[in-house]
Amino acid sequence: MSRGIFSAIGTAAALSIALTSCSSPSGPATTTGATGKAGGNLVVGVTSDPDTLFPWKATQFQAVNVLQNIYGTLTEFDKDLNVVPGLAESWETSKDGRTLTLTLRQGVTYSDGSAFDSKDVTSSLNKIMEESTAAVARASLSSVKSVDAPDAHTVVLKLSGPDAALPANLATVNMAMLSSDDTEEKLNAAPNGTGPFAMKKRVASQSITLARNDTYWGSEKPKLDGVEFRVIPDESSIVSAMQSGNVQLAIFNDPLVAQTAQGGSITIAKTPQLNYHALQLNTRRGDLGDVNVRLAIQCAIDRKQVLDTAALSEGEVTGPITAPAFKSDPQQRPCPTRDLAKAAEYLGKAGKPGGVTVKAIVSQGEYATSVNEGQNLKAQLAEAKITLDLEVLESGAFVDRWVAGDFEAAVALNGGRPDPDGMYSRYFTSKGNLNKVAGYSSPELDKLFAEGKATTDQAARKEIYGKVGAELENNAAWIWLFTGYTYTGTTAQVKGFVPMASGSLQYLRTTTLN
Amino acid sequence: MRNVLAHNRVVRRVAGMIGTLFGVAVLVFVMLRAIPGDQITAGLGTEAAALTPVQREALERYYGLDQSLFTQFFSWLGNMFTGNFGYSARSQQSVLELTLHSLPVTFELAVFSIVLALLVGVPLGMLAASRTNSPRDFLGQVVSLAGLSVPAFLLATTLLSIFAASFGFNPNGQGFATLFENPLLNMEQMFLPALVLGFGIAAPILRTTRTAVLEVRSNDFIHTARAKGVPPGRLQVKHVLGNALVPIVTMTGLQFGYLLGGAVVVEQIFSVPGIGRQVLLGIQQKEYAVVQSTVLVIALAFVIVNLLTDVLYRVIDPRVRAS
Repeated sequence: MSRGIFSAIGTAAALSIALTSCSSPSGPATTTGATGKAGGNLVVGVTSDPDTLFPWKATQFQAVNVLQNIYGTLTEFDKDLNVVPGLAESWETSKDGRTLTLTLRQGVTYSDGSAFDSKDVTSSLNKIMEESTAAVARASLSSVKSVDAPDAHTVVLKLSGPDAALPANLATVNMAMLSSDDTEEKLNAAPNGTGPFAMKKRVASQSITLARNDTYWGSEKPKLDGVEFRVIPDESSIVSAMQSGNVQLAIFNDPLVAQTAQGGSITIAKTPQLNYHALQLNTRRGDLGDVNVRLAIQCAIDRKQVLDTAALSEGEVTGPITAPAFKSDPQQRPCPTRDLAKAAEYLGKAGKPGGVTVKAIVSQGEYATSVNEGQNLKAQLAEAKITLDLEVLESGAFVDRWVAGDFEAAVALNGGRPDPDGMYSRYFTSKGNLNKVAGYSSPELDKLFAEGKATTDQAARKEIYGKVGAELENNAAWIWLFTGYTYTGTTAQVKGFVPMASGSLQYLRTTTLN
Repeated sequence: MRNVLAHNRVVRRVAGMIGTLFGVAVLVFVMLRAIPGDQITAGLGTEAAALTPVQREALERYYGLDQSLFTQFFSWLGNMFTGNFGYSARSQQSVLELTLHSLPVTFELAVFSIVLALLVGVPLGMLAASRTNSPRDFLGQVVSLAGLSVPAFLLATTLLSIFAASFGFNPNGQGFATLFENPLLNMEQMFLPALVLGFGIAAPILRTTRTAVLEVRSNDFIHTARAKGVPPGRLQVKHVLGNALVPIVTMTGLQFGYLLGGAVVVEQIFSVPGIGRQVLLGIQQKEYAVVQSTVLVIALAFVIVNLLTDVLYRVIDPRVRAS
């Protein structure tokens, strides 16, 4: 009996190899259609399934990437992260800065065919501000007192004070404009947006397929017929899927994987990220309350060394602000290079010449380099008589402690934003909703952030946030280390995709398969 | 009298099964809640810090986390009896529906792997036992040592990169096809994962076969049969293997049970949407309903496989039947 099965399996196995070896290479060719012609279905490899399809609650990278292609926002970012019109064609701030008037684009429809107008905007903004919807972007609208719609194509926001960061804050998918007829329950199952693509099919934990939205409002229509986000949990497995032609585009986090993928038919583009790695210091705990102790830590760390040892030199040493338009200069900080003598001097000033001990939480598994960073920081600080006790936690435990502000120090990778106010005021103003986590605020910072928000002139804003950065670093609120890269892998057929510093896949709308 | 006894045995057996399943239910429920973080922080990550108390309460109500643990446990268990396994907040699908998709996939993978393992393990084990301390015995030792010591994830990634990079053979990079949708593609997709799993299981099967065959061969009835002139082939298959089957079946049943819940790593690497991956994703996302119900289904499958193994060697071995 067993012999019979053996030969059957043997034949099946041999057959399957023989079949694949001829079917596989032709696979992508059949889906891409004729050479040089637009269209086709692009397969994007992603490591996990979106955790929600409801844009107001989506913070997971994979979810944001998918939803950005389905939903529309009032404003958008271009490839250099400047704020450009989206569903709002234009906007105007009143002289006193207390009124923002938005003119909406006309002729826009949702994928279910209903028309987009000011009613959808007022309902969306009001619901985002309502606490019970638990929309994560609620705090970005804290300056909005009321939302009015004088006509179908105009929306007027009354503000409690000038808010220069508001247009940028409106550009994230957490501020997606939903149809006023839709509910969260409905959209969780059947997304309905105004974006360049529309939801077509979902197979849980396997794939999400989008189809081109033919009624998309943009002057340039999307060229692909569709995009499939295919879940392949392991980044190395995505590389092999690209090598065998089953996947054409993927974003990698692990520098090691990106290095091995480069070459052959795969091109890797490196984009500096807005996300930043930092050693967060909680100034409300123990010895860290003394600015001299914090400065001693800041002088004892060679950031380049952290980058080199923990992240294979893949990234750039950074100051607080990572957005291209407002970028901090890492040379403008106390001890721009490591200075152990200075560190000892600061410890002396703090009255701790014998050294201090700091406990740091580190997350295991949330991102690739965390533990290595912690270990390098520990080794460097030990040479300055500063003991860094590492507590390595499973990512759920790390998030719990981090959210509660229950740590002395944290080795963290934080998300960056294109606007410095959106990025840091929630952390470093005394009333910011993440101030408990940041563990630092000061009257100077409160004043500077208020000033930055009230100023619309770009050059003046840049100067103000320069001062914010200096204030943060001179007080060593945190120790900013480096920003990594996003690695966008594409196969040779993919053209027209523009990687962004935010890791966004919004340029799928200009992508073609040749 | 006999009937009552037999009846009692069945009752005891069923009571034992229910007890085991209840124990599993309590354990998984408690352990899941002992893991730091809940569905809210799992979904929002560090953004959860920005939630106001009112927002958090609203979310807790939505996920049913505002109720007492006692209430949560019994309402979940009660619902399972009515066929309501709970819902995945992530995919908006019922856990029953998810399980009905993923369980057959893992089942197929397990069967495929076991068949591969038996095809390798049993003949090699018999070969090794045919002459102890010979080169063929040594070969058996090497194969089983390799099977036991090479980690599945290593073998899996190595095979995947060799096949994908050198031959362009990577059916697992495509969307998953079930046996009914596309049998050929399904076979291709199952081939590498089953090879990896089968290789790991072949080792214990090989060892068990070798030991069992050696033991059976030392029995008097084999000598008698040989003396009566039974041809060597028939002797090996009918007399030796036939009598060595009980430990092999036990080992196979045990491995099969493990496979139903334990193929996680291999399913993850080859992106096979089986039940192991369903649990893993559930744990990562702290989807209590998904993990609890799926683990219970796996436990049930394990218990049933054990029962079937028992029944099977009653059939094979008259001695067990008699006792």
